[in-house]
Amino acid sequence: MNDETANKPTLDRPATHAIDIANLQRGGERMDLAQEDIALKVENLRLWYGEKQALKGIDMDIPRTRVTAFIGPSGCGKSTLLRCFNRMNDLVDNVRIEGRILLDDRDIYDPALDVAELRRRVGMVFQKPNPFPKSIYENVAYGLRIQGINDRRILDEVVEKSLRRAALWDEVKDRLQDNALGLSGGQQQRLVIARAVAVEPEVLLLDEPASALDPISTLKIEELIYELKSNYTIVIVTHNMQQAARVSDYTAFMYMGELIEFGDTDGLFTNPKKKQTEDYITGRYG
Amino acid sequence: MNVRAWFKSGSPWVWLNAAAVSASILMVVGLLALIAARGLGHFWPHPVVAFTYHEGPDQSRRIIGEIQDDEELPASRLREAGYWLPDGTGERITRYLVKVGNRDVYGADFFSAASSNMGPWEYPRGIFVAERWEWGNFYGFLRQVKEAGHVVAEGDGAWTVLQERLSRVRELHDAIRRLEKDEIGAINYRMERLRLKERGYELDGELTPARKAEIEMERARLQREYETVQARLQTLYRDIRRDSFTAEVMTGQVVEIPLATVVRAYRPNAMGPFEKVGHYLAKLWEFVSEEPREANTEGGVFPAIFGTVMMVLIMSVFVTPMGIVAAVYLREYAKQGPLTRVIRISVNNLAGVPSIVYGVFGLGFFVYFLGGNIDRLFFPEALPSPTFGTPGILWASLTLALLTLPVVIVSTEEGLSRIPKSLREGSLALGATKAETLWRVVLPMASPALMTGLILAVARAAGEVAPLMLVGVVKLAPALPLDGNFPFLHLERKFMHLGFHIYDVGFQSPNVEAARPLVYATALLLVLVIVVLNLTAIQIRNRLREKYRSLET
Repeated sequence: MNDETANKPTLDRPATHAIDIANLQRGGERMDLAQEDIALKVENLRLWYGEKQALKGIDMDIPRTRVTAFIGPSGCGKSTLLRCFNRMNDLVDNVRIEGRILLDDRDIYDPALDVAELRRRVGMVFQKPNPFPKSIYENVAYGLRIQGINDRRILDEVVEKSLRRAALWDEVKDRLQDNALGLSGGQQQRLVIARAVAVEPEVLLLDEPASALDPISTLKIEELIYELKSNYTIVIVTHNMQQAARVSDYTAFMYMGELIEFGDTDGLFTNPKKKQTEDYITGRYG
Repeated sequence: MNVRAWFKSGSPWVWLNAAAVSASILMVVGLLALIAARGLGHFWPHPVVAFTYHEGPDQSRRIIGEIQDDEELPASRLREAGYWLPDGTGERITRYLVKVGNRDVYGADFFSAASSNMGPWEYPRGIFVAERWEWGNFYGFLRQVKEAGHVVAEGDGAWTVLQERLSRVRELHDAIRRLEKDEIGAINYRMERLRLKERGYELDGELTPARKAEIEMERARLQREYETVQARLQTLYRDIRRDSFTAEVMTGQVVEIPLATVVRAYRPNAMGPFEKVGHYLAKLWEFVSEEPREANTEGGVFPAIFGTVMMVLIMSVFVTPMGIVAAVYLREYAKQGPLTRVIRISVNNLAGVPSIVYGVFGLGFFVYFLGGNIDRLFFPEALPSPTFGTPGILWASLTLALLTLPVVIVSTEEGLSRIPKSLREGSLALGATKAETLWRVVLPMASPALMTGLILAVARAAGEVAPLMLVGVVKLAPALPLDGNFPFLHLERKFMHLGFHIYDVGFQSPNVEAARPLVYATALLLVLVIVVLNLTAIQIRNRLREKYRSLET
């Protein structure tokens, strides 16, 4: 297992203290939201859990084939917002949602829309790895089998491709029929990403995907996100600001159910426009 | 040591708990040991004792038999009961219960003897015991073996000749039983179906001359088949009646007994330890593999074992899907509120309803209503004799399925509620619908809990007797519910059950004293059957658990 071999001391978490801006690697290119192709458009989104309002009028555009990170203190609504994109909040009792989210100009809260189809197009990876108690192979093939694809050749091909994309193929290719629960936590999380990627979604939602993992596994997941962004629109929620700075192109800072600031990652971390953002990233609260 | 501190330390409670657990274990072990000792001892060849018994001042007789029981009584009680006791008898004496057998000769199986009146006990090696198909055991001294009325062996050599001829008789007996049960049974079954077919055509007004002729032809063919089998049977019967033996019983009378009536003969007083073990194992095997005889007090209990297991299996087939469906709806689809709470409480309380109430319900609803209507709709040709409108294994299984449904629902629901939310979300996030998630992820993972429910259900159902007496169990079923006649599984048939067998043998048989050890043996067997059924289910559950062990993480 590769988890033990590499040992890079640079990754220390959690990083609620001020971050070292010089360490940010942005590859030179300058990000500009105005010129991006928009995948998801959020319009005046408000959400209530019973009486309590969790999202207070969010407006934002998520650019296509870019990584967008949501940061903010616990309870600020960033996970709630993320779960609105594939309507996972529908499963919660007593939830009320107003406003619109457009995926390719179609409102995903349109009652006529097929939720299962939406969730196929907008994949999600959760905080804790949640592989099914099946074989590695069947975990990856699950989404395809749901769609009625049972052709062994197609499945074999997709499983290999997805596992390769999730950088897991070399580690598991000899034991595809073993139970997925025998994998390590980091491997399980990559397996779950492979499972999400296998159904070819357009958007990939990552809800704190590395928070339950050790530093080495975290690094692998981050590398993976970097690889995946050429094909997918990625939205990631994270508690870890260094991680947001490392992996994302754009960052949104949320506080108390409101979107405080949204812009390219370099700009937001080096030159925040709002006082609250600056206070948060310099570690004064949160 | 300070008592207060000792109390505070909690050790009194630990001791109390340990004591309670030990008491429980002791009771269970003691119960099983008692049943096992009483039941299994029955099959051991007991020595046959012979003694002189004084019934009056100068009146005595010879007694031969097995000592079955003894009790100590005050002498006065015995005198009041009309016993003559010799002078100088002590205050307390022992009364023995002696099984003398030979019901056909003396009229009673048992003789009770006061110890004070008994002469010395002897164990003559020549005494032999013959187990018979009817009239119980025979005890006596072998005199002659006869073939068609002519003596072929006498004296010491007679015993070996008797054994040889007995094995011949056993073979003939098996052949006769095969013919009667299988071949004639199948012919009768086909005859009956033919009659029903004809009657069905008649009822529908479709009995054309062509069809009638066809049926008549078939009937004639079956009749011819029957006659050939009957002829073979006659020969066998003539053969089996050929031999007989004469023996002297304890009164000195010499009786002649046809060999055809004898199951096996042995000389317990002359047997070595190995012979006894062999005899014991043979008797034990007979008990679990043979059919009962003599109003269930002798022979085996195979049909009862078969009926019990089959009923439990059919019940499982019904209760599993019903339980899953109900639990899935209650837990996954129904809106959680006061109504579901009321339903849940009701379901829990159903488990506490006395089982006889379920029996009454089964009789009224399943047998009379459902069965009666099925008969009217599908089996009008058999009326007025009912097909499904009478107690049978199907209705018994359904009644027990109803009885055990609450257990299955409750434990399945519990299993469903323990599936982590993250796994459901994982499946939904991949584009699966709720139903697909249930079917592919949630239900497989809840299956160990379902099996737990089924284990409890099986344990309860296998031991239940009261409702069965109303909906399908009988003292002696003529045929098993599963046999070689199409359609093989006969769900409308009545069946035998170990639990009912215990009741029947213990309290309804003509010879309660003789049958008591069988009650224990049958009880032990019932426990064993339940244990085997449960172990099987537990094995399956453990395998499922191993497969879906993510729940523990």
